[in-house]
Amino acid sequence: MRDVAGEAGGAVKVEAKGFRLYYGEFQALKGLDAAFPDKSITAIIGPSGCGKSTFLRSINRMNDLIEGVRVAGEIVYGGKNIYDPSVDLTWLRSRIGMVFQRPVAFPLSIYDNVACAPRVQGITKKSELDQIVERSLKGVGLWDDVKDDLRKPAGGLSLGNQQKLCIARAISTNPDVILLDEPASALDPMATLRLEDLMWELRENYCLVIVTHNMQQASRASDYTMFMLDGEIVEMGHTRQVFTNPRDPRTERYVTGKLV
Amino acid sequence: MPNPRRTFDRQLAKLDEDLLAMGREAEAMLGDALKALKERDAALADATIARDDVVDRYRYDIERRAMEIIATQQPAARDLRRVFAAIAIAADVERVGDYSVDICKTAKRLADKPLFKPLVDIPRMAGLVVQMLRDSLEGFVSRDLALIEKMIGDDDEVDHLYRYLHDELCDFMMKDPELVDQAVQLVLISRHLERIADHITNIGERVFYVETGELKELHQ
Repeated sequence: MRDVAGEAGGAVKVEAKGFRLYYGEFQALKGLDAAFPDKSITAIIGPSGCGKSTFLRSINRMNDLIEGVRVAGEIVYGGKNIYDPSVDLTWLRSRIGMVFQRPVAFPLSIYDNVACAPRVQGITKKSELDQIVERSLKGVGLWDDVKDDLRKPAGGLSLGNQQKLCIARAISTNPDVILLDEPASALDPMATLRLEDLMWELRENYCLVIVTHNMQQASRASDYTMFMLDGEIVEMGHTRQVFTNPRDPRTERYVTGKLV
Repeated sequence: MPNPRRTFDRQLAKLDEDLLAMGREAEAMLGDALKALKERDAALADATIARDDVVDRYRYDIERRAMEIIATQQPAARDLRRVFAAIAIAADVERVGDYSVDICKTAKRLADKPLFKPLVDIPRMAGLVVQMLRDSLEGFVSRDLALIEKMIGDDDEVDHLYRYLHDELCDFMMKDPELVDQAVQLVLISRHLERIADHITNIGERVFYVETGELKELHQ
């Protein structure tokens, strides 16, 4: 059994420093300070509209496309503020991958779904792509299921396996950080547990940050839990502490289901 | 804002009620055990021993219900500490019943002839212990740590009385070997009362943990 109760995490991989985000006049994130360690899972929880998905998406600049978004403060990755104009977005997103609520399998073959990002990075040699596809699919435990069907459309996979494929795609570029935005919300309970199990395996090599509405999922599948409310971080701590003995009364009300 | 978890809160309230009822049952057993001792009433001692089953049933009932709450409601934070505390407290209250049975058995042995001295300190100890039990359970239900602190103070006095009684009864035994049989039984009873007080102190520690999140020994 892996040590899920022990101290988790290595050096800090990503860090938010006084990070603020505005949708036009509305301030959605109010100066967030948070560090995400390597080889650990951090769950972000909080009621709808608290800013948790906005924050997650800020970590690989997914909010850039939304009109009227302004940011201030920093999110530091690799010693650099990722909002610095010199940062190359393709590079950033290859280092910090994202997995969404519903599996977004491209209308391509299983193979091409995984090979897509490496090709964008300029890898064209077939043997090299083959290797990446195999490594990535093995990394998510999908290889044995699909190795004979690599040319079949990805849309034919079950939703649970499509979500794993999306994670395989995210790790195809060998990232440091994987962001997961409600990754199990479209999955049935068994597929959800399998996904959580996969997260624990990925944790051996990556820094994972997951946004979830499901508190049991946060308590099962994370080392650290961050509770957000109204665009602020109320509390961040070891998951076991947050769910047995939260420090802030607002966290207490939320994890006991009394804050609606 | 309406409470979104009324069913859950009702389940927690029911646990509280059952703990209080269990406490009253254990308290009555202890009271009757003392009465059987004082009045040398073997029949009352037997009737009290038979009531231990009721206390035991409460314990397993509370444990089962607490498990069901954990399985079906996934309590967290203070709620979770409270449900676990209920399980631990029920186990301690059950021990109060068990020691009351032990006191009854001793009372039966002492029932056939008059005691060599009137009982003064043992009833005083028992009175303190009963009050400690009430305070600890009331403290759990009403979230009142002041009651727990008061209870810890009473435990000091119980310990003091136990040491005093122990020394006094040893003195009697050394002076008159004829008294050894009765005196040993009385030492045992005071020891049982002292152990009951320790279990009640454990209850206080649980209450303290539920309310503060800190698990510590309140008393050595």
